[in-house]
Amino acid sequence: MIIETELTGLMASAVNLAALFLVGAFVMAAVRLIIGPTLPDRVVALDLLTMLVVAFLTLFALATGVGAYLDAALALALVGFLATIAFARFVDLTPEQNPGERR
Amino acid sequence: MSGVLELLAAISLVLGGALTFIAALGVLRMPDVYIRMHASTKAGTLGVLLIALALVLMGADAGVVSKAIAVFAFVLLTAPIGAHLIARAAWRGGQRPWQWRPRTDTDVEPSGRP
Repeated sequence: MIIETELTGLMASAVNLAALFLVGAFVMAAVRLIIGPTLPDRVVALDLLTMLVVAFLTLFALATGVGAYLDAALALALVGFLATIAFARFVDLTPEQNPGERR
Repeated sequence: MSGVLELLAAISLVLGGALTFIAALGVLRMPDVYIRMHASTKAGTLGVLLIALALVLMGADAGVVSKAIAVFAFVLLTAPIGAHLIARAAWRGGQRPWQWRPRTDTDVEPSGRP
């Protein structure tokens, strides 16, 4: 059991299976975030991580029945978009990029 | 009737989880930044859609359902714009799309760098 849930039967198994998939996805996105190799790769990985957190919060709202998680997911979907835009601007304005170089 | 809805919600949950897993797998394994963002944006968006759809199918009250729809609408609106901006920045930064070529002994890692 990954998530303690009020649900029973089929839905409990489905929630746990989806949570297992999401945890695996978190690990792979985090690996890409760490190994890079370029700055845009890391921005893409961060974007995916934000999307994964939104999905996980939605899943958590379903599993626990607490509606506040959905508010958090809504806020994070907006803030994550702003973060992606800011990072894209940062990549755009960084002069003389050397792809593959460690930053 | 609720049994059918529950079955549909369970199916969409598992499919959504699998799609987000595939998105992350693509981001980890694909050879260059453009192909990676293609995997993360499309599969990731559909994964979030399916998980939000499960919440809509199981939804008890209108507040939860409308918030789930809003979550999905925001992700659907913002993911392509973000991917486009990163792609433009990467292109201007000098990255060129990866092209397949036969592996030779000197290849360490296939890359699309100029």
